[in-house]
Amino acid sequence: MTPSPLVEISGLCKWYDDFSALYDISLTVAEGEKVVICGPSGSGKSTLIRCINQLEGHQQGSIRVAGQEVRPGMKGIEAIRREVGMVFQSFNLFPHMTILDNLTIGPIRNRGMGRAAARALAMEYLNKVRISEQADKYPPQLSGGQQQRVAIARALCMQPRVMLFDEPTSALDPEMIAGVLEVMETLARDGMTMIVVTHEMGFARRVADRVVFMDEGEIVETAPPEAFFSAPRTNRAKLFLGQLLAH
Amino acid sequence: MALFGLVLAAVVFVAWRVNSVLVYNWDWSRVLGFVARIDAETGQWVSNLLLQGLFTTIRLAFWGTILAAIIGLVMGYWRTCDTLALRIISRTYVELIRNIPPLVFIFIFYFFISSQLFPALGMDNIDRNSPWVDNAFFRFAFGEPALFTNFMSGLICLALFEAAYITEIVRAGIQSIDKGQWEAGRAIGLSRSNLLRDIIFPQAIRKILPPLAGQFITLIKDSAIISLISVQELTFLATEVAATTGKTFETWILVAAMYFALCYLFAFVFARLERRAGRSTR
Ligand SMILES: Nc1ncnc2c1ncn2[C@@H]1O[C@H](COP(=O)(O)OP(=O)(O)OP(=O)(O)O)[C@@H](O)[C@H]1O
Ligand SMILES: [Mg+2]
Repeated sequence: MTPSPLVEISGLCKWYDDFSALYDISLTVAEGEKVVICGPSGSGKSTLIRCINQLEGHQQGSIRVAGQEVRPGMKGIEAIRREVGMVFQSFNLFPHMTILDNLTIGPIRNRGMGRAAARALAMEYLNKVRISEQADKYPPQLSGGQQQRVAIARALCMQPRVMLFDEPTSALDPEMIAGVLEVMETLARDGMTMIVVTHEMGFARRVADRVVFMDEGEIVETAPPEAFFSAPRTNRAKLFLGQLLAH
Repeated sequence: MALFGLVLAAVVFVAWRVNSVLVYNWDWSRVLGFVARIDAETGQWVSNLLLQGLFTTIRLAFWGTILAAIIGLVMGYWRTCDTLALRIISRTYVELIRNIPPLVFIFIFYFFISSQLFPALGMDNIDRNSPWVDNAFFRFAFGEPALFTNFMSGLICLALFEAAYITEIVRAGIQSIDKGQWEAGRAIGLSRSNLLRDIIFPQAIRKILPPLAGQFITLIKDSAIISLISVQELTFLATEVAATTGKTFETWILVAAMYFALCYLFAFVFARLERRAGRSTR
């Protein structure tokens, strides 16, 4: 039995004025699959995953999430967004709310969940990211690594079917990175569908089913992590990996 | 402390100059009589012109603050909207008011409100005997029913005028919120109205509390301007008292003290509010 595709992107194009940020992107992610996206700065990685939950609108091509077509400016986008969790490079927690409220606001407002049920759910996920004792604190009181784990828990609280990560460890001090990656690996083991923009090669090797390499708005190469990192087929990927290792 | 001494010295000096140069006869009793007097019939203390004026000014300050805050919040939000029409409306409003002297604006607008808006709303002659109007609460909140139309036109002029400045404060507050906050809210599926109510406005309000407090105090002080359209507030009545008693200095010093107390109280309340808002974000 082949698992059904959860995210289907085909012929996706996006422009900013006359600058082409994405060109003819096609990518299908099956239920339970883990895809890592990498590529040089400005290659369109963020833009691509932000199109999936329509933080950016696209001009051409189609995006389907859980069988539903996603269009720019569509009504009822909230219903699709609850199936798609997102974690940002800069955490973006709500600084005026406690950690617990950061987690419950989505389920309460979007899913119409009761306060008590939302709290129970939130505590469950805070436990999962091992941060439950901070539930009543405010985001600025936490370290970067803790904030990012809270951000993951906040996204999970919506009980999404797919999780998007945009360089979740890039803004963190080195000693904080491991904790966040660990949480993400646990999530992967639990079977979550994940699309992760990251340059953490170790994580990609351990977790990814596929690595997608992007450059200048196009998908240049798609391969299993082992093959991609040890024997990239294209010159652009070779160049990129060379720079990544030299760094 | 040294500053306070300096101010005190200046006050004494001015008072002495007034006394010796103008040969001014200080007489507070007549002016104080216009603050409160003993009613001849009942034998009880009742407020006189100056105190009545102060009450009207307080009512103007209270309702004006609320009205200006509402208009400013809506217009300030419109300033940041994607919809072009809303942006044009709010921008025009702000530019119009900011580039016309308040006095001129009030003369024009007073004409418009009292001759066009109120008749259209049927507010130019309210039924003074209706149970909605003829009660203690109405008197407490809006003053004499007979002066209601007069009061309302002044109030709307004042609120419209101050709200233009509040609009700009609100706009700056909303725009100071990081783009990431909008994105995070949208990513967890919040609707636009929920996003504004739960995420953006609460953070923006906390940031703009200090300039907002300043603007509300300015509103109290600017309320003196609408004495020129015969709204019977403190400055208007003080002009009358000064004219009838001839005690110009006493009247205006007393009125200054009243304004000072009112503004200072307002600033104090806002400072408390700010501290409370600050505590919850820590
Ligand atoms: N709002 C925008 N307006 C104009 N151009 C934009 C906008 N957002 C992104 N771009 C451009 O689109 C291109 C792709 O940007 P994107 O953020 O997707 O790159 P990225 O691969 O995520 O890079 P990084 O690794 O630096 O995050 C870049 O050249 C960028 O300058
Ligand atoms: Mg990026």
